[in-house]
Amino acid sequence: MAMDASTPAKRQADMTKALKEAAFAALITFGLCIPIIAWGTRQNLDNQLVLDPRWDAVAWAVAIVFVGRFLMALRQQTRGEGKSAVRLLPHGTIGFFQRHSRMFSLFGLGFLLTFPIIAINLAGWGGALKWIDNFGVQILIYVMLGWGLNIVVGLAGLLDLGYVAFYAVGAYSYALLAKNFGLSFWILLPLSGILAAFWGLILGFPVLRLRGDYLAIVTLAFGEIIRLVLINWTDFSNGYAGISGIPRPTFFGIPFTAADDGFAAVFGLEFSPLYRTIFLYYVILCLALLTAYVSLRLRRLPVGRAWEALREDEIACRSLGINTTNTKLTAFSLGAMFGGFAGSFFAARQGFISPESFVFMESAVILAIVVLGGMGSLWGCAIAAIAMIGGTELLRELDWLKQIFGQDFDPTKYRMLIFGFAMVVIMIWKPRGLISTREPTAFLKEKKAISSDMVQEGHG
Amino acid sequence: MEVFVQQLINGLTLGSIYGLIAIGYTMVFGIIGMVNFAHGDVFMLSAFIALIFFMLISAWFGAGLIVLALIFVLILAMFFTSLWNWTIERVAYRPLRGSFRLAPLISAIGMSIFLMNFVQVVQGPRNKPIPPMLNKSILLIDSATYPVSISYKQVVIIVTTIVLLAAFWYLVQKTPLGRAQRACEQDRKMASLLGVDVDRTISITFVMGAALAAVAGVMYLVLYGVVNFADGFTPGVKAFTAAVLGGIGSLPGAVLGGLLIGLIEVMWSAYFTIDYKDVAAFCILAVVLVFMPSGILGRPEVEKV
Repeated sequence: MAMDASTPAKRQADMTKALKEAAFAALITFGLCIPIIAWGTRQNLDNQLVLDPRWDAVAWAVAIVFVGRFLMALRQQTRGEGKSAVRLLPHGTIGFFQRHSRMFSLFGLGFLLTFPIIAINLAGWGGALKWIDNFGVQILIYVMLGWGLNIVVGLAGLLDLGYVAFYAVGAYSYALLAKNFGLSFWILLPLSGILAAFWGLILGFPVLRLRGDYLAIVTLAFGEIIRLVLINWTDFSNGYAGISGIPRPTFFGIPFTAADDGFAAVFGLEFSPLYRTIFLYYVILCLALLTAYVSLRLRRLPVGRAWEALREDEIACRSLGINTTNTKLTAFSLGAMFGGFAGSFFAARQGFISPESFVFMESAVILAIVVLGGMGSLWGCAIAAIAMIGGTELLRELDWLKQIFGQDFDPTKYRMLIFGFAMVVIMIWKPRGLISTREPTAFLKEKKAISSDMVQEGHG
Repeated sequence: MEVFVQQLINGLTLGSIYGLIAIGYTMVFGIIGMVNFAHGDVFMLSAFIALIFFMLISAWFGAGLIVLALIFVLILAMFFTSLWNWTIERVAYRPLRGSFRLAPLISAIGMSIFLMNFVQVVQGPRNKPIPPMLNKSILLIDSATYPVSISYKQVVIIVTTIVLLAAFWYLVQKTPLGRAQRACEQDRKMASLLGVDVDRTISITFVMGAALAAVAGVMYLVLYGVVNFADGFTPGVKAFTAAVLGGIGSLPGAVLGGLLIGLIEVMWSAYFTIDYKDVAAFCILAVVLVFMPSGILGRPEVEKV
């Protein structure tokens, strides 16, 4: 071991140094906690605000930070001496995945196709609803949104903080057209995609000459404008109250009801609400795979190559004669179109939509999925969506924690807290995302994976 | 006419709060070229810190000398908010310096989500009202139809803003600290070659931004008397709009932009409809960014190859 080389005296010094750092971090934590944790505000019965001292929570926070910082400092010192730092993944894991990505894709696809059957077998008919709906459908919606936004952010490099606007356009187009004109899901699905793409063009046209941070803020502004208009224009969208009673999708004309002409009766099955969920699961699976297929194929077309070139160096693109406005607009409106598809599916699945579902936080979550997964990587997006959305859904399942921390401990309260923290930590740990290597689409003789250190601006 | 004067006063009050937040955005953008997305939430956090200290002080010493209590609250809130922002910069942004372009922005968005939910978890999701204070007002125009008055609150807010901005202006323009800051803004590498501690200067920039955001937080609490964990987002975006409108990177621009945004918002609510006042602010943001990205007082950005 590398530690053998160090003398006891040096180890002593290391220890003192680590202790000092930990004490400093603990002191800072104490300072941070003083006002905001040490006193909780609460309204008493007379509706007056009173303070509850909570010094035990402060002590816990300080102790956790002290121990954590101490261990981190020790680990950093041992890393400095030798190469004993623990790797999370054995060397070459990612390379292995990349070489066999076709196999893994097929395996993943097979799992996704059989997931409802597996869930029913494992959890029974009653328990499977939760797994297919909360985990399967919910995660797939975010995977699809992630892949859609991946076209804009990952391939074309345009940071879009208002993606949820197109999701809202899709959802409201489906809800309003289905309710007011009685059109079916299968007509409205492409229609809402087209409408969203159209909005993408309208919004994209003026703003796409901005770059980087400015573009991000303008798209955020547009996202908020659309939401605020939906809230305030009550004649059109029914405001905060939202739209309820949206027609549910049918199985090519056969509704999923307990009636005589319902799905179960027609196929001679016993009625169960699970059929609709399974149907919805396969619909969103097909939509997500369509998104993946289109973006994979587009990467190999001239327009896809132009997107990636644009992401790396806009000035070089312009001097090579690429029409940057058109290139950006195609990416923006294609991404918006997939957002619209997902939106109309969302409205059909929920049966109720309100502006509350389209807040900025949703955009941030989708963007986080794309960026944390590794921009441009479909696998990365899927993994990040499973980890982020599945992880937060899992928090709902942690009832046993109540036995440790008492009855009023609610793990779901910490959902977004952990989410935000994870965004920061993953950015620091891997600024290029979880899967940061890239597969080239154009190559000479042999395809080589581009490692993450080369994936900098101008080298990817 | 009376309505206009009254709205002018209200707009200036609101605008000075936006201006104070906007300085934090503009300074950070000027020095490290990053939109500090979490700044709005730092402002919200400072309002909570101020709320807690205000309650502590009024519980310990009684609510007699409200102005003295406010001064103490202001100092304490400035100190603790600065500590928070210093830590945030240290933990979430410094490791990403020199990383790829979008990394700090994503980290800042994560920090913003974290702060908002942190406050929600530790202080609860409900509105936190404090008893109204400084309720008297001075009658300016004694008109039968529409008397124009300025409340003590508004006087306190405008006066505090002016005093602190003057102090801040002195700090940036006349002290070695401010000189180091302006040097880093122009050319970070050159400044470090000439012996400026860049990391320390950036830290101080964050601390100063947070201190001014804390002033805004206290003023917000005084003005509205209520604060909620979600209150950081919209004022944050509006303050960013103000910074862009004034020309990002320019300190007088941030204040000017803040006053303009405050006036526009108040006038829009008074003369058109209150429903769409946030839409108006966001539209201004979009229009300014698209048609005059360098703002009113900013220098146009030159792209170098």
